[in-house]
Amino acid sequence: MIELALDVVSWVLLAVGGACVLIGGIGGLRLPNFYTRIHAASLTDTMATLLIFVGMMLQSGLSLATLKLFAIMLFLLLTGPTATYALANAALLSGLKPEGDTGQSKHGENTQP
Amino acid sequence: MIYVFALFLLTLLVITAVAIVRTENLFVAVMLTSIFSLLMAANFFILDAADVALTEAAVGAGVTTVIFLSALALTGDWEKPRPGGRTVALGTVGVLAMLLIYASFDKPRLGDPEAPVHQHVAPWYLEKTPEYMDIPNVVTAILSSFRGYDTLGEVFVVFAACIGVLFILGVKPARQTAAAPQPVSGLRHHLIPQVVGRLLVPFIVLFGLYVQFHGEYGPGGGFQAGAIIATGVILYALLEGEAEALRAVPRSVLLALVVGGALLYGAVGVVCMLKGGAFLDYSVLAADPVFGQQLGILVIEAGVGMAVCGALLSIFHAFAARESMT
Amino acid sequence: MKLLELLGYYNYWVFAVVLTVGLYAVIRKRNLIKKLIGLSIFQSAVFLLYITMDKVEGGTAPIIQKGVPDQVFSNPLPQVLILTAIVVGVSTLALGLAMVVRIKESYGTIEEHEILGAD
Repeated sequence: MIELALDVVSWVLLAVGGACVLIGGIGGLRLPNFYTRIHAASLTDTMATLLIFVGMMLQSGLSLATLKLFAIMLFLLLTGPTATYALANAALLSGLKPEGDTGQSKHGENTQP
Repeated sequence: MIYVFALFLLTLLVITAVAIVRTENLFVAVMLTSIFSLLMAANFFILDAADVALTEAAVGAGVTTVIFLSALALTGDWEKPRPGGRTVALGTVGVLAMLLIYASFDKPRLGDPEAPVHQHVAPWYLEKTPEYMDIPNVVTAILSSFRGYDTLGEVFVVFAACIGVLFILGVKPARQTAAAPQPVSGLRHHLIPQVVGRLLVPFIVLFGLYVQFHGEYGPGGGFQAGAIIATGVILYALLEGEAEALRAVPRSVLLALVVGGALLYGAVGVVCMLKGGAFLDYSVLAADPVFGQQLGILVIEAGVGMAVCGALLSIFHAFAARESMT
Repeated sequence: MKLLELLGYYNYWVFAVVLTVGLYAVIRKRNLIKKLIGLSIFQSAVFLLYITMDKVEGGTAPIIQKGVPDQVFSNPLPQVLILTAIVVGVSTLALGLAMVVRIKESYGTIEEHEILGAD
């Protein structure tokens, strides 16, 4: 009984995490400019990582694998947002201004990654 | 199911390769090369090559990218487009691709246990490793004992390449009189990466040491560990500036690592000969031949790790120092 | 079954395509760094070929676990060859890049035709 419940919870977490990755991917492709894109992409770094790893930890139960998964999750949660921050900071320093335009504008070519 | 994932990864691999060749921005090309290596590592892992995946991820995605970027900083980011038709080149490689694909139908199916490659010495290695060395990781056993000569050669190639880079880039540039190297600030104005990076560097080095000494039991060994430790120190150099990294791990230490690692490997072989065995026959190192093998493998893996780590870091510093020279 | 067999050849086809993409960069591009990138793609394709050959159906990574009977392992030998080749590959690549850097300093360019023109 408890195993079934764990299974259901972990699969729900994995599915929601997968959906977050998908949303992040779509956002990275569809959003109008650089800053909104990394905003979408950072969803994969944080929310999706958290959900998918908790889901996998529930799958693996109490074992060494869980500990390793936890360590990897911690690592990803530390590095992902840092990388996003560094990316945004580098873009700002190199002169890409965050402006509230909506895409089909003169800044079109600036937004290419 | 895993094969569907492999299919997806392989398709991405082809797309990335085409994108690398198409783009004229070399910076983008280098970044894509890093992604290419990561995809390749995932593929290796699916194909059961955990050791190779670890190496490719550490070397291909980590060290190669940094070396490429430091070379780009010296040569410029943009490639000039080549005018004229590309029919000849496309035709040549197209015909070659067709020939290779045609030839692939003669190859054994993926995973066929009857394939010729699985009939030769590999089963013997798998069978004899528990008897001769009694270590779980057969890859490490073959790498450092059964094919120890081969690995010795590879270590000396790495050594020679490192010395070559130092010679080529060590020459003072002709045009300028040696300008005083301005202190490199690193990422002083990037507080968050610096704080997080400082936190991570010790763990990366610790993980490298784990990979080094756990190489007999799990995926890992000297090559991977050397690359991982080198990436840790390179991260430190990127965060704190090159001068600071050189203060932590000076050039003399790096050279000592390269030379010492290669020498250590060779010395083990000589000691084996002095003790009455053949060159690199570790069985004679201890009274118990199995323990002798384990001891030999541990020592030469340490030699490999030292040589690789020292060589990669020396190469990185050679490129980085060139930047401040010119 | 027929489809699965074709899937088994997909790795070899990817090898063929990636190899030729790398070769294309080497013969067509005139920028020396791009040529080196092409060369490393070419090299990676060869790695893929070797590692593809090591796979045994139902096998695992060749790490022997004691007390588990009848384990099937993938072939460790190609893995050893490629493992060392990757590290040697990066050091030789660095050697090539070092030469490119010196060429840039001497000629002021890394485009092949401009170098040949300057000579």
